[in-house]
Amino acid sequence: MIAAVRSLIRYRALVQSLVSRELKARYRGSVLGFLWSFVNPLLLLLTYTLVFTVILPNRQPDIQPFFLFLFCGILPWTWFQASLGESSGVIITSGNLIKKVLFPAEVLPTVAVLANLAHFLLGLPILVAFLAFKGRLAWTALLLPLPILVQLVLSLGLALFLSALTVHFRDIQNILTHVLHLWFFATPVIYSYAAIPEGSLLRRVLRLNPMTHVIVTYQQMLFHGNVDHWRGLFLALLVGTVAFAAGAFLFDRLRDTLPEEV
Amino acid sequence: MTSPAIVGRDVTKVYRRHAHRHQFRTLKSALLTGSVLSDLRPEETFTALDGVSFEVPRGATFGVVGENGSGKSTLLKLVAGITRPTRGALSVDGRVSALIELGAGFHPEISGRENVAINGVMLGLTRREVDRRFDEIVDFAELQEFIDAPVKTYSSGMYMRLGFAVAIHVDPDVLLIDEVLAVGDEAFTRKCLDKIAEFRRRGKTILFVTHSLGLVEKMCDDALWLRHGRAALRGDPKRVVDAYLTHVAAGEEAQLRSGRAPDAWSLSGEEAAGEPPLGPGYRRGRWGSREVEIRAVSVQDARGRERHVFVPGETVALVISVHAPRPVTDFVFGVGLFAADGTSVYGTNTDIEGFSPRRLEGDAVVRLTLEGLSLVEGTYLLDLAAHRRDGTPYDYLRGLHSLRVKSRIRDVGVYRPAHRWSFEGGAEIAPAEAPREIELGDDHRG
Repeated sequence: MIAAVRSLIRYRALVQSLVSRELKARYRGSVLGFLWSFVNPLLLLLTYTLVFTVILPNRQPDIQPFFLFLFCGILPWTWFQASLGESSGVIITSGNLIKKVLFPAEVLPTVAVLANLAHFLLGLPILVAFLAFKGRLAWTALLLPLPILVQLVLSLGLALFLSALTVHFRDIQNILTHVLHLWFFATPVIYSYAAIPEGSLLRRVLRLNPMTHVIVTYQQMLFHGNVDHWRGLFLALLVGTVAFAAGAFLFDRLRDTLPEEV
Repeated sequence: MTSPAIVGRDVTKVYRRHAHRHQFRTLKSALLTGSVLSDLRPEETFTALDGVSFEVPRGATFGVVGENGSGKSTLLKLVAGITRPTRGALSVDGRVSALIELGAGFHPEISGRENVAINGVMLGLTRREVDRRFDEIVDFAELQEFIDAPVKTYSSGMYMRLGFAVAIHVDPDVLLIDEVLAVGDEAFTRKCLDKIAEFRRRGKTILFVTHSLGLVEKMCDDALWLRHGRAALRGDPKRVVDAYLTHVAAGEEAQLRSGRAPDAWSLSGEEAAGEPPLGPGYRRGRWGSREVEIRAVSVQDARGRERHVFVPGETVALVISVHAPRPVTDFVFGVGLFAADGTSVYGTNTDIEGFSPRRLEGDAVVRLTLEGLSLVEGTYLLDLAAHRRDGTPYDYLRGLHSLRVKSRIRDVGVYRPAHRWSFEGGAEIAPAEAPREIELGDDHRG
């Protein structure tokens, strides 16, 4: 694991270049260009707001205005989901690099995670602006780097794990879409964790999900203005670290097979 | 003595091949049968390199030749560090740049300028180094006007040029080249070769994989011939190239020999009707009354050994064994030589040349000796015939035998007159480093 971190630090210039390329290339050729980084989360928010105010109105008092609560969870979730979705196929699509150039393969899933982190960070000011507008912004927002760090470690671990394994089992790419979909509903993004009764089966399942603790922390820091869930976040950090170690270990084990299997 | 730049000791690379085709193997079945781990284990292996040892001294240019699939590219990937040897040790000293796939890391959507920056970093430069060399790279690629256009708008030539320019400006200590000089137009290829020559002058180490044997002879200090993953020969490039060419020629011999299967079928007495035409008016086959029968045809060299591959200038004898069951008094023997497309190169017979037939009975041997084979490289088909003076065929074999001419001189046409260049007056011209013909000697008689 330490070796993995060291190699990522060693290749930071490469990672940096590739992330900025990813950001530049993503919206190249579209009319709105870079604005898409802002428009995308807004449209996503609009959709969910429509669903939960018109079709399935949510009237739970402690999470009103609901669209703002929703925004606090959806933004980081989008980062998580896009990171895993992209990293699972990234080694296969960049097969030429792996096969023909001396290229540190672990850079590829890392870039997928970091590029999506950048999108998340670009969307964050919009969320903050909305919060400020509604008079919701609290000092706890300054603690955001903590859940971001925990999510980063967890995402990197899963990304390394998935990217290497997908080379051998291409089915993962297909399954993953559905797993992530289910995972989304098993994380309190569109509903409130606090509203799930203590001791219920759902509550127990949610507690096992590290993303629950990350998302709840975001919601507390941004929306509720407290950090009551810090124990859960710490737990998620432990799980994330284990995931990173496991991902790095598996990646290293499969590294030599990657150029041959791609 | 300085230490060598590349040292390979008993380098072996075994590729895994899984028993199942990849597409059909699923995670589900692997999970169901609990074979996740065993599926990752090789069930069938393929040895691409088998115990190859070599050493490239610092500043040397080292050529690797061999047929397709002989392990050349695998060797290059190992030296580049893209894959690791299964067994054995390989060490490379210094910064390596591999011209294996040019522009492999280019992103089509962004400009050439940005791609150069990223590709440079990918190949191991720092950003500052890329900035410093940027103009040089663009100049070399001759893409000043297009450098700000997205790479997807580039032609494949432009793409390659930019890829080559970046890779070569990484300024490696060890440069690996895999048959990439085939890209681009003549002028750019020349420029690449000049750049490589400059590398040599500056004492850089170059490992060179190519089918262009002329380049190996011209540029390399040392060469290695790989054959089925093993080192067949190592040493002086001229010697290695000669040995390799001889081997290739011998392989073609064997192929031509086995390619004679139709003869047997033809000689069984059937008329060959279904053969596809080779060119306008040329159709392989055999026909005739068989009052005189051609029983065997042998193409021989000056020493009477059967051969199929010759070099220009050699003596070739066509030996035709005929048999006449009853006495015949009106007979002509003829031979025709055709290029692969059916163009007649030469034809003659005993009648044209004024021989008068007297009597033929039982077995006889007719021998036509061609002295100083005046042909350029290519495959030639033979017509062999016995017929009456009025042309009525006894036995006519068309295109069922062939011979191959192999030459290192790339002259063109169908006929090579014996010739000599000379220069007088103000023309100053260095004598050609006489291109030696391939030795087709004693070692390939199968």
